Amino acid sequence: MNKPAPPTSVSFTLNGAGAMAHPQVGERLSQTLREGMAQRDVKIGCNAGDCGACTVLVDGAPVCACLMATQQASGRTVETLAGLVTQDPIAQRLSDSFQAHAAAQCGICTPGMMVTSVGLLREHPQPSKLQIEEALGGVLCRCTGYRKIIDAVHAAGLGQTTETPTTSAVGDPIPKLDGLVKTTGRDIFSDDIAPPDALVLRVVRSPYPRASFQLGDIVGFVAKTRGLEAVISASDIPGLNAFGVIPGFIDQPVFAEEEARFRGEAVAGVIGTAEAMRAFDMGTFPIDWQELPGAQSVADALHEDAALLHDTRKGNIMCGGFVQCGEADAALERADVTATGQFTTGFVEHAYIEPEAAYAVPENGGITIHTGTQAPIMNRDSMALILGWDEARIRIAPTAVGGGFGSKLDISVQPLVALAAIKVGKPVRLTYSRSESMQSTTKRHPADITLTVGATRDGRLSGFQFLGHFNTGAYASWGPTVANRVPVHASGPYQISDYRAESVAVHTNNPPAGAFRGFGVPQSAIAQEVLFDELADALNMDALEFRILNALEAGTPTVCGQVFDQGVGIKACLEALRTSWTSERAAAEAFNNARSTEGSALRRGVGVAGGWYGCGNTSLPNPSTIKAGLRPDGQVVLHQGAMDIGQGANTVISQIFAQALGISVHDLVLLGPDTAITPDGGKTSASRQTFVSGNAAKLSGQSMRAQILQMVNASEDAILAFSDGQISVSDAGQTHRIDLGKLSTTADGYVLTSCETYDPPTKPLDANGQGIPYAQFGYAAHLVVVEVDTVLGTVNVQNFVAAHDVGQAINPLLVEAQVQGGIAQGLGMALMEEYIPGRTENLHDYLIPTTGDIPPIETIIIQDPDAHGPHGAKGLGEHVLIPTSPAILNAIHHACGARIRQVPATPSVVMAALKGAP
Amino acid sequence: MGYHVPNSLSDALDIARLTGAKVIAGGTDVFPALGDTPAPAQMLDITRLPELRGISHSGATWRIGAATSWTDIQKADLPPAFDALKLAAREVGAWQIQNAGTVAGNICNASPAADGVPPLLALEAEVELCSSKGSRTLPLAQMITGVRQTALRPGELVSAILIPDMPDGAQGHFQKLGTRKYLVISIAMVSAVIWTDEAARIAGARVAVGSCSAVAQRLEGLEADLMGQNASDLRDNSAIWTTHLSALSPLSDIRGTDHYRMDAAAELCRRTVLTCLQACDE
Repeated sequence: MNKPAPPTSVSFTLNGAGAMAHPQVGERLSQTLREGMAQRDVKIGCNAGDCGACTVLVDGAPVCACLMATQQASGRTVETLAGLVTQDPIAQRLSDSFQAHAAAQCGICTPGMMVTSVGLLREHPQPSKLQIEEALGGVLCRCTGYRKIIDAVHAAGLGQTTETPTTSAVGDPIPKLDGLVKTTGRDIFSDDIAPPDALVLRVVRSPYPRASFQLGDIVGFVAKTRGLEAVISASDIPGLNAFGVIPGFIDQPVFAEEEARFRGEAVAGVIGTAEAMRAFDMGTFPIDWQELPGAQSVADALHEDAALLHDTRKGNIMCGGFVQCGEADAALERADVTATGQFTTGFVEHAYIEPEAAYAVPENGGITIHTGTQAPIMNRDSMALILGWDEARIRIAPTAVGGGFGSKLDISVQPLVALAAIKVGKPVRLTYSRSESMQSTTKRHPADITLTVGATRDGRLSGFQFLGHFNTGAYASWGPTVANRVPVHASGPYQISDYRAESVAVHTNNPPAGAFRGFGVPQSAIAQEVLFDELADALNMDALEFRILNALEAGTPTVCGQVFDQGVGIKACLEALRTSWTSERAAAEAFNNARSTEGSALRRGVGVAGGWYGCGNTSLPNPSTIKAGLRPDGQVVLHQGAMDIGQGANTVISQIFAQALGISVHDLVLLGPDTAITPDGGKTSASRQTFVSGNAAKLSGQSMRAQILQMVNASEDAILAFSDGQISVSDAGQTHRIDLGKLSTTADGYVLTSCETYDPPTKPLDANGQGIPYAQFGYAAHLVVVEVDTVLGTVNVQNFVAAHDVGQAINPLLVEAQVQGGIAQGLGMALMEEYIPGRTENLHDYLIPTTGDIPPIETIIIQDPDAHGPHGAKGLGEHVLIPTSPAILNAIHHACGARIRQVPATPSVVMAALKGAP
Repeated sequence: MGYHVPNSLSDALDIARLTGAKVIAGGTDVFPALGDTPAPAQMLDITRLPELRGISHSGATWRIGAATSWTDIQKADLPPAFDALKLAAREVGAWQIQNAGTVAGNICNASPAADGVPPLLALEAEVELCSSKGSRTLPLAQMITGVRQTALRPGELVSAILIPDMPDGAQGHFQKLGTRKYLVISIAMVSAVIWTDEAARIAGARVAVGSCSAVAQRLEGLEADLMGQNASDLRDNSAIWTTHLSALSPLSDIRGTDHYRMDAAAELCRRTVLTCLQACDE
């Protein structure tokens, strides 16, 4: 044999400079770059080539660094985003263009998108949009819906620069304040903070949906396995081995005890050196499993012989929700036409591109947990219970969040990594693999909904009877919220005086179903909006006009008896679609006639659907507090505790605060979120940050302004300017100067502080769900054109027109970004996404849309200022996907006559429905 | 123990024989299969073997080096019969995967949904296998023996794919059916190579279907039945597409039911063959 000895070192050019690595056999280039060369701008989303986040250029060609052995880089040129943006004008142009187009939301896919785009623009300096779609087809994004990325690359290719506003007032479409760190790869995400030599935790998980287990000789195992420090399990938990998000439903163990209730549930953790854990074989862990019969479907769980997942929850029913007004039965009797359907949806995975990760550091007699989260204060409070510690000893220091969409409201990695760090008394890191993330974190609830709706000959709704079973998985998570929200929202934004809606949350041996953009409402909207089309058909009415006729208005009660005297924008949203509705229906008819003549199987259809969503907690206190301080040097510091998970809270909250204070956002310094320094901005959920934290920011800005004006007796119209150590207040032709150096400072170093809280006004719901659940609702209506291949059942979505009532757009650019991203998730839910434990635990079997699946989206922003919103603004995050799925199903029916009662409507499902269609 | 990067085929074959090292080329199947488990102690990197790179033509045979990437295939100057292979090359994963993944790797991974296999079957590809004892060739259909199973013997490497010249005017086409546009594992796919006589009647047909059986299959009954037909005959003959599918045994899984796959395979055959015929006509 001709001796090529295994290379002990590998040399290559990294971002223009010589680099040398000493990789293990078969070490992935992504690992070497991130851990050995501090190149944390290379992101790892799947370790399987399914997401493209780790894309680097090797000799100019984009490749997944996770699929390349480091030895293969020998002698070659490797370029990553951080290097490209400092060296390559194309990358710099892309960085500017990505920011100007809001093409980076959370930013975790941005390195993959940007690096691939550099590769494309070097080869094709002015690519077409189709070329861009194809080139970026291997990089997944879960936030943006891709269109803004495609636009950004297209504009960068053409050398177009997008004007950005010179002012940053409310209503100005300014780029995200944290955009630059995202487009240059400098943002720090949850797996980017731990040093490479930190101890590593890996989690032992149940391989079965239900199983009992016994741990073996742990002491012997640790002693004989090289590099291991310790094992942790339930017995290491000093406080309560339980967490949850709803009082009364704190039921999920950090580590299962004796029995695991779902596949992927944590039972123990193994802590060792980074090197040892890379080589660690999970199969050597001493544990005996006995699989037990489990219930994976709602029907199985409700069976009288089914084992109880939780002893106190009889029949495996966790809870329910109920709303009733009028007499649904009688109204359905009276109705001239009725429509009935049973609808089913599956588990939907959040599929953020950043798997959960954390780094815990024991310090100052407590623990600091660095992680991506949507709810730092809730994380801290859960950790206090688990550790049995005072909250003051626990610091949650959030990193940037690589996508959340509801799942990162719950804790996942936090207690595991904290318990490990406490056990060994040293810092520990934990990074979920893609499959761990998918197996163990929350999902959207599968729903089984039976709905009957009626209407009278004049087109008015008459009776609505809804029963929905929601598969809530093994533990509560946000299941109670879903159960509550669904009956309140199942009517859609329509006038229904005779209504009965009941939801039932059922435990099964599945991952916990929790919060996912819309909290159950996207599921109920499918049933309601599809049957509304059927009613309109039966009445021989136009589907859009039927909705407009029945739309809620100011002064008409919701099904909860809530009457708004303003801020009901659904009619405006639906009416905004009229022009497109007419032209798109005509175009589809012409298209279909032509295809029919030439014998083609393609048919186009146009669908519409409406939606609404109440912003904030349902009838519960829901405060946010925003603090700001003025330093003696004149710098205004905003303690921004409202988690930005890509949606733009850092920018929007700043715009609102800055406007109230009377300065530019660019003159602010942002701190936090960090439980050590920011007051509670509440959780980033329920479309509440712009509305609730926005109001707190406005109050805080107003308070600081009032304090300043009072110091010089200036009027409300005064203009403020902050400069070195002073404020100048210009008012009525006079300028007052306040010398900040003469003012006393607080303990945190401020000469002025403002800290204000806002809590939306709501009232409890009674036994029939009557009351004031929300201070405001946002409204939406989507129109979609689809093309169905009537022989293969494939659905190709052509374009969307999306009208959204946001009260007042604080930042129209970010409104569009939210709408497009939400639509992409709604499209995925409608056409391709279903999580099946044990089967679709990766991103090549679980499909989310790619660049080629999302068509152009026209966003129509309806602005009717809301009485409660800051400057009239409403929340938006969840509204954006509620009408999407039913609009697509309605368009499929219009195209080809197939009535679809389940999602995802894969080609196989569409063909089955088409064969059953008359 | 180690990561071996030989720079000649004979060295590579020695290493393969002596170590049984895991062979790696593009890595696009090796690393996903590893998941969270440690890499093997011995790996044999075949990407720096000049004998395994490039596409050449000599005599009546095309030779595609085993480590030729899918991007290389897209960029190569090849006759129209190879259009199917070029279209498939654009469907293997996405750009990142095509830049790294190799033709032989796609074969050796032996996935029922390997995008490269139906076009290579329709091109009557043979696989050249080398070991330190010598070399042999196998028809592709005999190389892949089952799901994730091949006829590769210990110590053997694939060195090239050999494709015979097709008759002048032969046209290839490929259609892949998936639930999304890019980066998708197919529900079904069909590849065809067709050539016609002077009267525009089919004089030769090769049709292969993937993702509808453990190993992609040629439909020889359909190929025989297509002989002598022209486009208008075929438009009037819907039965021809559904009567020769007995070689297929599709599964019902998350991507589609068995019945759906069977129907889709028939329709994809129809579309693919008619597209080839249209190209022959032009």
